[in-house]
Amino acid sequence: MPAVAETIETVQSAQEGGYKFGFETKIEMEFAPKGLNEDIVRFISAKKGEPEWLLEWRLKAYAMWLKMEEPDWAAVSYPKFDYQDAYYYAAPKNKVVPKSLDEVDPELLRTYEKLGIPLREQERLQGIAVDAVFDSVSVATSYKERLGKEGIIFCSISEAVHTHPELVKQYLGSVVPQGDNYFACLNSAVFTDGSFVYIPKGVRCPMELSTYFRINAQNTGQFERTLIVAEAGSHVSYLEGCTAPQRDENQMHAAVVELVAMDDATIKYSTVQNWYPGDAEGKGGIYNFVTKRGACRGARSKISWTQVETGSAITWKYPSCILQGDDSVGEFYSVAITNNRQQADTGTKMWHIGKNTRSTIVSKGISAGHGQNTYRGLVKISPKATGARNFTQCDSLLIGDQCGAHTVPYIENRCASAKIEHEATTSRIAEDQLFYCRARGLNQEEAVGLIVNGFCREVLKELPMEFAVEAQKLLAISLEGSVG
Amino acid sequence: MNTMVTGAASFLGRFEGLRERLPGGRTPWVAKLRAEAAESFRAQGLPGRRIEAWHYTDLGVLAQLGFTEALTLADEAPALPPTRAAHRAVFVDGRFAPALSLLPPGAAPLSEALEATEGRLGALAQNLPIVALNTMLFEDGLVLDVPAGVDAGEMELLSFATHAGRAIAFHPRHLIRLGEGAKLTLIDTSLGEAEATYLHNPVYEIAVAEGATLSHIRIQREGRAGFQLSTVLATVQAGGTYDNFTLNAGGRLVRNEIHVALQGPKAACHMNGAQLVAEGQHADTTTFLDHAAPDCPSRQTYKTVLAGRSRGVFQGKILVRQAAQRTDGYQMNQALLLSDDAEINAKPQLEIYADDVKCSHGATVGALDEAQLFYLRARGIPASIARAMLVEAFLTEAIEGVTNPLAQEALSEAISGWWQKEAV
Repeated sequence: MPAVAETIETVQSAQEGGYKFGFETKIEMEFAPKGLNEDIVRFISAKKGEPEWLLEWRLKAYAMWLKMEEPDWAAVSYPKFDYQDAYYYAAPKNKVVPKSLDEVDPELLRTYEKLGIPLREQERLQGIAVDAVFDSVSVATSYKERLGKEGIIFCSISEAVHTHPELVKQYLGSVVPQGDNYFACLNSAVFTDGSFVYIPKGVRCPMELSTYFRINAQNTGQFERTLIVAEAGSHVSYLEGCTAPQRDENQMHAAVVELVAMDDATIKYSTVQNWYPGDAEGKGGIYNFVTKRGACRGARSKISWTQVETGSAITWKYPSCILQGDDSVGEFYSVAITNNRQQADTGTKMWHIGKNTRSTIVSKGISAGHGQNTYRGLVKISPKATGARNFTQCDSLLIGDQCGAHTVPYIENRCASAKIEHEATTSRIAEDQLFYCRARGLNQEEAVGLIVNGFCREVLKELPMEFAVEAQKLLAISLEGSVG
Repeated sequence: MNTMVTGAASFLGRFEGLRERLPGGRTPWVAKLRAEAAESFRAQGLPGRRIEAWHYTDLGVLAQLGFTEALTLADEAPALPPTRAAHRAVFVDGRFAPALSLLPPGAAPLSEALEATEGRLGALAQNLPIVALNTMLFEDGLVLDVPAGVDAGEMELLSFATHAGRAIAFHPRHLIRLGEGAKLTLIDTSLGEAEATYLHNPVYEIAVAEGATLSHIRIQREGRAGFQLSTVLATVQAGGTYDNFTLNAGGRLVRNEIHVALQGPKAACHMNGAQLVAEGQHADTTTFLDHAAPDCPSRQTYKTVLAGRSRGVFQGKILVRQAAQRTDGYQMNQALLLSDDAEINAKPQLEIYADDVKCSHGATVGALDEAQLFYLRARGIPASIARAMLVEAFLTEAIEGVTNPLAQEALSEAISGWWQKEAV
């Protein structure tokens, strides 16, 4: 795992304990004019040479968005974001569309190497196919040929609009409709890029697929849109990572992810979210307002969300499962850390519609410094979801007396034969646990790191190996300076 | 927005018409309190489902009914259950019934004692629309003081709604204060005639001083066409205990809201309850436990049984403020669905700002366990009895916290009555 090893090295060498991805790549960029209006929507669509139907689709979303109000029910507070004071399109100036990594701007490749995602190495050694999204556009997708042999489509969504319009048209917005919520609606109007994955019937994707998101340019919002379709009997594991440069102003990130799983298909979606969290006083950082939803359309299908949320000034994110198919399964494993002035309001929705559908929710929230961490989740059982089963566990850990940990689960059941169990605990790291570790020669921070990793173990073990090690290190870094 | 205001209009109209004649109408501080409450109620209206705290309980039906005030009490006394305790305060259609009551020392009806409650009435009221409605229109209630060090034993508080032939509303305001080290068990029952359509909107302001213990047993058996929206507002000082057990068994739509603030070190609170919800009923228990001082334990256990086409709601929030270090909070809510047409909505909630705490909540929802039923039937127990046994066992955990024998008796009577009528 050279990439991972390298990542760890980088992490360990970050002596200042700050945000190690805070650098900015100096590269020639092309922007859309600042602000948001119908012309910008047309501009983005034209830039991408989109077909008429997609432009219509965007404009419809934009019209809806104008009538919507920004939601205020989440337990996060932030100054109103000025939607007119941001760029909605920023792309590296590129003469030709790269056909292989050899044609990608070397500056970009170096950026991803610095981020611990050496695209070349990963292609050669690691067996992970990567789609790298730099501000508004996808800059490189590796391993395309190998995947193509299996009939798997893995490309940027703007490319898919041209190469597979029928698939995009069929599934785009089918799980998260344009008017679903304020941020998803905004995304529908101005989304710029993201990944598209299509796994044909019966195919088991031979490698992990991965997208790496990077916000680089100043004053830009990133609005990526990811769509994964797994046909009957297929299987795919998808990883997503995110970083951004260190800046004093807040940047908006409003993504939409849609997953569709047909009969017997499995989609495993893992995220390590490490957007710039702002500094210790809460200056700067990414506003991360994300709508992620998967539809288990087929019988016995399965969608599993795993997320490690360590970054962002504000996280507003509820990866959800609509369990339509009989015997379908939804899972949500989450670790969310808030340190300094970070605020996270995250959780999931499990909507049981099919018979004998099952869902598992395991959420671990860690608050330190002045962080505020909220689990918000809904388990909804429809009258026809006989034999539905849910188990939910939400644990919160408090480090320091200035932070907050909140749990807001909603349970709505209309089916007598459903069985739902929910439990939540809140506690702090016990003195005797710390003492035990200290007595064995660990310093305070190592001890806390060890205990926190143990606290999160149930979630971390769900991560693909490539991510697990990195995630553990990230946890430790995120908590630096919170004890002692 | 529109529906909320419409719902509020008839109550506001009544207030405008009655304001001079309501108790304390010419007493400046009361008039001011009522006017402020009316303003607050006008601004908020009857809470709609878009208000987060009312998401699962729809008061739309109240807005349609257009309640009027209760008539002056008729001479003939309604048939009340026999007295269990030494003292009893009876309210018929929200008005104190002296002939049916026997008050202990330190107790008086609010209609008589109102002047003396300045600074006390409304002291615990929060800006809740249903409390504002009560403040705007209350006419009577129980004012009870248990002096420091006195063990007042048991007392009954009974509300009875008669069939008036039209929809009536009454808003009793009960002020209960326990001095240092005082003790009281209050058995608080709400009954109503089967055909009576009414809104019973009681607000309790309860102050438990240092080391005092109040055990408050509420047995809600409103008539099946009755509505109850009750709000308990309690504060507990150092070392004091407030125990609340609420049985929700009657009414067409009932919301039972309990706010307890633990304000001194080692103050304790136990909130338990059972909701028995049958065909056509809606029962909502909403609790808010405010841990504002260190070293306070709190325990909550709520059980809901649903039969027929019915809906049950449990919302329970535990707030642990930063000062409330070493809080030990626990909450459990469980629901048992006996019918395919029943619906349960639960929202337990933790909001924690102190780090040295132990807080947990749990929730379960399920049907009767087929294996357990089979076990009982295999031993020759008929299905209906086996089901009754399992439901009783399910309720036990919430009920066993009630230790007072009189209260136990009243409870088991209410529960078995429900079971005989509603059991399928």
